[in-house]
Amino acid sequence: MTEFLQQLVNGVSLGAIFALIALGYTMVYGVLRFINFAHSEVFMVGAFTGYFIGQHVPAHSMSGGLLALAGAMAASAVLGIVIERLAYRPLRGAPTLNVLITAIGVSLLLQNLAQYFWGATPRPYPELFPAANYNLGGIVVSSNQVTVVVVTLALLLALRFIVLRTKIGTAMRALSLNPKAAALVGINIDVVISFTFGLGSALAAAGGVLYALNYPSIDPIMGTLPGLKAFVAAVLGGIGNIPGAALGGLLLGVIETFVNGSEWSTYKDAIAFAVLILILLFRPAGLLGRFTVEKV
Amino acid sequence: MPRPHLGLLAALAAAYGIFAFSDRIDPYHLDVLVGIGINVILAVSLNLVNGYTGQFSLGHAGFMSVGAYLSAAVTMLLGPRLFGGDSSAWQQNSLFLAALMAGGLGAAVAGLLVGVPSLRLKGDYLALVTLGFGEIIRVIFQNFEPLGGALGLNGIPAYTNIFWVLAFAAFTVFTVACLVHSTYGRGFIATQDDEIAAEAIGLNTTRYKTVAFVVAAFFAGIAGGLYGHFKQTITPGGFDFNRSIEIVVMVILGGMGNTIGVILAAVLLTLLPEVLRPVAEYRMILYSLLLILLMIVRPQGLFNLRFWKTHH
Repeated sequence: MTEFLQQLVNGVSLGAIFALIALGYTMVYGVLRFINFAHSEVFMVGAFTGYFIGQHVPAHSMSGGLLALAGAMAASAVLGIVIERLAYRPLRGAPTLNVLITAIGVSLLLQNLAQYFWGATPRPYPELFPAANYNLGGIVVSSNQVTVVVVTLALLLALRFIVLRTKIGTAMRALSLNPKAAALVGINIDVVISFTFGLGSALAAAGGVLYALNYPSIDPIMGTLPGLKAFVAAVLGGIGNIPGAALGGLLLGVIETFVNGSEWSTYKDAIAFAVLILILLFRPAGLLGRFTVEKV
Repeated sequence: MPRPHLGLLAALAAAYGIFAFSDRIDPYHLDVLVGIGINVILAVSLNLVNGYTGQFSLGHAGFMSVGAYLSAAVTMLLGPRLFGGDSSAWQQNSLFLAALMAGGLGAAVAGLLVGVPSLRLKGDYLALVTLGFGEIIRVIFQNFEPLGGALGLNGIPAYTNIFWVLAFAAFTVFTVACLVHSTYGRGFIATQDDEIAAEAIGLNTTRYKTVAFVVAAFFAGIAGGLYGHFKQTITPGGFDFNRSIEIVVMVILGGMGNTIGVILAAVLLTLLPEVLRPVAEYRMILYSLLLILLMIVRPQGLFNLRFWKTHH
């Protein structure tokens, strides 16, 4: 039982990170109907930005950690907006396949530029937040895990507020329902899309810093696997659906942690793809998504 | 005799000609030529899926690895049992051919297993499922100790020669060209042009996609077998996402659905890193920039002289 609860705690903290990344995929899909392959590299850049800021702020301090987190989020938001402006906007209205290929290109470009500038050797991640382990009746919870869950919850609540209560959030929802009608009622589509990319990228950066805190080493290809898994999480919850992404992320994190604790642990990186194939077979719209028929 | 068949015969004769004089060719040039041939097989077969049928597979290296491992297993495990210690060239070649076929068929079966569930999906999803498949295959080979596990398989006999490579390259081009230009093959192009319209006139587009996928996987398996018996050592990491991307770049650079262009792109992208050292070092940066710029400036590919999107 203790073992089970311990795994559950670890799974939830991993799942919270997946959820943060998955939100970016799902929001971009909601407004543009395409999968932003470069999202996993935004995640990686976020972790690196947190690393560089972390060298200039005092370690083990709450304010320093929050500063690194905020800086990483801001830098990645800018990066996300620049990527959309330079690579995706010229292709608006082009066939999906062309946009997809461009997104793969952007992802590879960022990854290889990062390898060129920062080197391929993994770097140890600084301990940004105060570190401690709490023992709750046999279950060990690290302060980093608590940080992950608290930060994720705060960001989810903030996101919920932005999407449901603010003007730009309403515009985002309008755009995802019907882009043409949204443009007709006077919504500036370009601004909303830029905002969506900035928001999604900031969440990915938060995910990147939190991930690096828990698996304390970073390198330029660190984004690939978490990025793909978060995408699976977005599909699992129903792509385009914001609560779905959070749910899918949590589920996937828990599943992966339990597989990792079993005798199948060497297959843990394959399990997400097995989940993807199963969900696409049996419930392609995802757990919380609604099935739509393509019309001519 | 129809033109494609004549072309195939001519290509086979040329392949044999080069093979007969291969001891007069610089071994380095011969190696480059083998690399070109293998990449032509991979790119032309992927073009059937990504170009003519309008789908997007990111797992070609995965199918290649299935072929590489299976054929290596056949020659390494079966060879000594059948022929004992020393075998004649004739025995070696027939064993190699059987091994390549086994590798190709194994990859085709893998293609069927991946294709049937995932080809009901559209563009982006298919790309991700094939990518995921490539990763699953890699993890499986990494954990499968009888075939070397993560360290890979060493000591594969060097059966690949220039004749086999060029002959299979010619055969791949021939098969894809004949398939696409046949009455049946119009269905691939119809699926690419407008899937809903194709379905409306009664074409089973899922079936077309599956056929394209399985045929492409078969040739990727053959290419994997040739590669394994050329390098004599294979590792699961050698068939990763970057290898798949390399093939995709060849298809896109050449122009999706344009076999001649894709062949030219495969030749160019194999030669470039050999000729220019900086290109080899920054290969992936160059490839990714190429992908982005091509999609924005010239989505029909570098070697596609047609200005409209239809194919004929």
